[in-house]
Amino acid sequence: MTDVVWLVPLFPLVGFVTILLFGRRLGEPRAGYVATAMVLASFVVSVGLFFDLLSKSEDEREHVETLFSWVPVASLQIDMAFLVDPLSVTMLLFVTGISALIHLYAVGYMHGDPKFSKFFLYLNLFVLSMTLLVLGENLLVTFLGWEGVGTCSYFLISFWHTRESAATAGKKAFVTNRVGDFGVMIAMFLSFSAVGSISYLDLNGSALGGSLTETTATAIAALLFLGAVGKSAQLPLYFWLPDAMEGPTPVSALIHAATMVTAGVFLMVRVNPVLFVAAGWIGPLIAWVGAITALFAATIALAQTDIKKVLAYSTVSQLGYMFLAVGTGAYVAAIFHMVTHAFFKALLFLGSGSVIHGMHDEQDMRKMGKLFRFMPVTAGTFIIGWLAIAGVPPFAGFWSKDEILLFALADSPALYLIGIITAILTAFYMTRQVVMTFFGQQQWTSHANEAEAPELTDDEIAAGVEPAETHGAHGEFKPHESPPTMLLPLIVLAGLAIAGGIIQLPSLGIIPKDLQHKLEDWLHPIVPGEADITGTWAYDNKWILIAIAVACAVVGIIGAYLVYERREREPFEPQLFADGWNYDRAISWFMGNPGRQGFEGAATFDARVVDGAVNGVATAVRETAGQVRKGQTGYVRQYAGVIGIGVVLLLAWFVVIRGIL
Amino acid sequence: MIAATTAPVAALLAAEGPALDFPILTMLVIVPIVGAVLVALTRRTRPELTKLIALISSITTGALSVWLLYAFEAGDGGFQFTSKHVWIEQWGISWHLGVDGISLFLIVLTGVLFPLSIIGIDPHHDERPYLAWLLMLEAGVMGSFISLDLFLFFIFFEIVLVPMYFLIGGWGYENRVYAATKFFLYTMFGSAFMLVGLIATAWIARDDLGRLSFDLVEIAEGADFAATTGRWLFFAFAVAFAVKVPIFPLHTWLPDAHTQAPTAGSVVLAGVMLKLGTYGFLRFGLYLFPEAAVWSRSLWLTLAVIGIIYGAIVATMQKDLKRLVAYSSVAHLGFIILGTFAFTSQAISGSVLQMVNHGVSTGALFLLVGMVYERRKTRQISELKGIQQVAPIFAAGFMVVMLSSIGVPGLNGFIGEYLILIGSFQTARWWAVVATVGVILAALYLLWAYQRVFHGEPDDENRTFRELQPTEGLVLLPFLAAIVFVGVYPKPLLDRIEPSVDVLVTHVAERSDFEVPEIGTQFSVPPDTHGDDDGDDHGDADDHGDEGGE
Repeated sequence: MTDVVWLVPLFPLVGFVTILLFGRRLGEPRAGYVATAMVLASFVVSVGLFFDLLSKSEDEREHVETLFSWVPVASLQIDMAFLVDPLSVTMLLFVTGISALIHLYAVGYMHGDPKFSKFFLYLNLFVLSMTLLVLGENLLVTFLGWEGVGTCSYFLISFWHTRESAATAGKKAFVTNRVGDFGVMIAMFLSFSAVGSISYLDLNGSALGGSLTETTATAIAALLFLGAVGKSAQLPLYFWLPDAMEGPTPVSALIHAATMVTAGVFLMVRVNPVLFVAAGWIGPLIAWVGAITALFAATIALAQTDIKKVLAYSTVSQLGYMFLAVGTGAYVAAIFHMVTHAFFKALLFLGSGSVIHGMHDEQDMRKMGKLFRFMPVTAGTFIIGWLAIAGVPPFAGFWSKDEILLFALADSPALYLIGIITAILTAFYMTRQVVMTFFGQQQWTSHANEAEAPELTDDEIAAGVEPAETHGAHGEFKPHESPPTMLLPLIVLAGLAIAGGIIQLPSLGIIPKDLQHKLEDWLHPIVPGEADITGTWAYDNKWILIAIAVACAVVGIIGAYLVYERREREPFEPQLFADGWNYDRAISWFMGNPGRQGFEGAATFDARVVDGAVNGVATAVRETAGQVRKGQTGYVRQYAGVIGIGVVLLLAWFVVIRGIL
Repeated sequence: MIAATTAPVAALLAAEGPALDFPILTMLVIVPIVGAVLVALTRRTRPELTKLIALISSITTGALSVWLLYAFEAGDGGFQFTSKHVWIEQWGISWHLGVDGISLFLIVLTGVLFPLSIIGIDPHHDERPYLAWLLMLEAGVMGSFISLDLFLFFIFFEIVLVPMYFLIGGWGYENRVYAATKFFLYTMFGSAFMLVGLIATAWIARDDLGRLSFDLVEIAEGADFAATTGRWLFFAFAVAFAVKVPIFPLHTWLPDAHTQAPTAGSVVLAGVMLKLGTYGFLRFGLYLFPEAAVWSRSLWLTLAVIGIIYGAIVATMQKDLKRLVAYSSVAHLGFIILGTFAFTSQAISGSVLQMVNHGVSTGALFLLVGMVYERRKTRQISELKGIQQVAPIFAAGFMVVMLSSIGVPGLNGFIGEYLILIGSFQTARWWAVVATVGVILAALYLLWAYQRVFHGEPDDENRTFRELQPTEGLVLLPFLAAIVFVGVYPKPLLDRIEPSVDVLVTHVAERSDFEVPEIGTQFSVPPDTHGDDDGDDHGDADDHGDEGGE
């Protein structure tokens, strides 16, 4: 059924067009359900594709489905074509699956928003773009999706566009991503120069076949990595992602955690043969950028108070892990972590959305606490997500992070050390978040209105006295659990966050051989597996690594527990971390001051110098002409006369000096 | 000038042309002229009749151009629907018309843009002369795109100035007289060079051709100019075209003309008139003087790239929406010039496509800005705010057009830019790389402007901003359809553009020392001969220090 792969993008396209034309008539909640159904249909087709490929032998799992010739000019022949192979199907499965869940969640979350149907319009357009991105047979189709998701991201970040901060954040995301797109475009041009094609099969084929020189491969790899850095929010271009949290929470979960931001990782894995041919420094460059980003973002996450900002920096950090994996050749681990991260981070974001919803649009964790009792399902699923990201076995995140660390150690102890420290920090800030939100001290009764809302004493809470449920700023209010449309996705994702690790269990003695390395076998041979590191010390001592990883998680969790729950230690939250090392501020300052002055200077230059010269000449001519032909009126005639003289002079010059006649 | 237009008509009527069943190209010029004359002759008391005549003639022209598109044979790179009638025999001037893939879509764009402008834009006063001038303008633009005779082209090229001068001066805004005069003089200045150039060209070509002829094809195929002579002649033409495009630093008439022109003037100016310059470079610059074009390409590539970056930067800081769009045109036309002087099939096809794309996108942008002005009587960005909140459909239309202008894939602007850049990268590597930076800047200035105008909470008079009206929507719809169609399925256009571009590329390569490097072998080892990759990665002497050098 690989020849019906076009159904995958078709369904969201149909949803997009339907809502575009009938969105207002469909209204709430039908527009939401239409959108959800379309994405679900894509997911069903993706599952079908998966089983179809699974039933085939390994070398028959690659299928190119060409729809039409897109940009054909002479030697440049670009088709609108899809590449169905285990990698793209893996991406499709989790992209469409999680998208469907988040669509369903959004039906509840966006309840009552005046632009309800428009939200789903954008969301369907996003899924359409994302499926094009992963299915692209060549760099241009991927780029179509790449820019498409970027544009949808822009729409959705500034969805509440009357808010100045949301509008600015959307623009910032788009422009920053464009910096990366510059790299992708040049990479395409270079690929066309070098192999006469921008198709993945041709490009990778020439890398594998040895016709791609190291220099070219290096340039292409570095340029694509620039694109990946922009899209996947790595240093130095990460700063748009935290601001992107201005968008509605389902958007943060879908676009800015689970799917779009992983596109950069996907792209690097897609062209892994090129990375292999590229110069030796490309791998370490990617690994180090990833590792430093992971550590850097984790430190910032330590001191954030906005529930979504913590998760945003956490996403940047986890994406850093994925690039660490790519840079050390652990492509399978990168995809593995991408999938598990999609599960637990989507879960965490949706959980935070549920909290925000239940707290009536409060995002500050300092005004939360003790919510466990009021939102048991949200809290329970959030805790599962927490354990998964913290790296506690047997939750999904443990397995994928462990595999990345294994490759990191095999490559360089320094990278491993950074990975380990980041793991401790991750466990720490996530525990901090869970405690501040669901446990710890109750901070929220005072939130609604400090003068009117009576504080509940601990005794009253213990006695089960619940504040009356009122909404709005007046009087007290009670956080409430979210509606079933929001809880169902949470429960499904929690299940995946628990069991997701099963797709790629390590080769340990106690795990049955049949269950090991399922993802690696599935992705073979398009993505190289573990063979590269067999024989290293790290590979032979996996148990030690696992023990260290578990210890890190435990240290982080206990540390944060002591600080935030037991309050036995002062919290360590330096202002520098809270301000994100002032990086964003520096960029904003630069753009706002020297950058803007430079632009301003160019505009002034244009008005004064370039145009000034023109007007100066005109004035000079007018004055001269005025002297010569006093009494004449009408500028045009005067100048026509001057021009006439000029023509004659030129003719004379041609004839006399150049001797043309 | 008016007398000059009627002369070819008379000549045509006199010359019985049995060669053609239906002189469609001639009709493309005649119909709007007849319309203009009829409009001018109607009584002042019958405004509805005036409008009806204008509509009928412009829609007929539009229909003819669409029929031309239908009848045009894809895959044929030569001139089609040619008609040639001797006009002034002793000077070798003839009424020689023809269309190929390079001019085809510009003709269709012209044919479609004018009726839409007439339907969608209200001049507010003196409708009769307004419509007459507009139709004259159409005839001039059409004539320029179909002329295959240097003299004929020059006449049409000059005719265009007159109606535009009066449109800006008569129906423009507060500073219209200054802008109109500046526009007229600036372009006349360029034209003077061209007049000298074309007379000299015909005169010099006389030696090779054996007789005096202004026929483009005869001169291009038959004349062989000495290198220096060709260069001088080329520059005489190039100055006129460079002003028209406009190429940095000759661009400052454009923001004034655009800002002060009435909406229809801006739409036509951006839509088709600027293309007279870029089209002129292809048709008369490269075709007549390939050696000179190759010789001077570094200059043009550099100015093009400066235009791209500089136009974008200056656009960012504009306070007037129309000026912003005008500077964005400077940047976009820089791309077209870049592609023109890259001399590869992809780049020049991209340039031709981008001429059409820019006409559609920027034309639509001016239309929309005109609608903003109609409602708010201001174009100042600072006075507009939060319009998306009160007019979401209008905002959505603006958004799509803006994304097309930014060059988002899936919309038309991207395809053109992409082809230009990927084609230029093969022969003008570093220029293409710098030009690609312009893609980032385009997002910056347009999104920033969009944010200030459409986002935020609407204040004061912006709260009552009227939503897009059905008529306006109907006028906008063809633009949006074209934007999406070309972005998703450009093949029908490229299939018609490319053969003619290939002819031109071959022509340039044969008559100069320019070599297009073999694509697919740069920086990589050919599969059969491993190890030897030097020497085949340099397209021309201007390229130094690329990644391929080891």
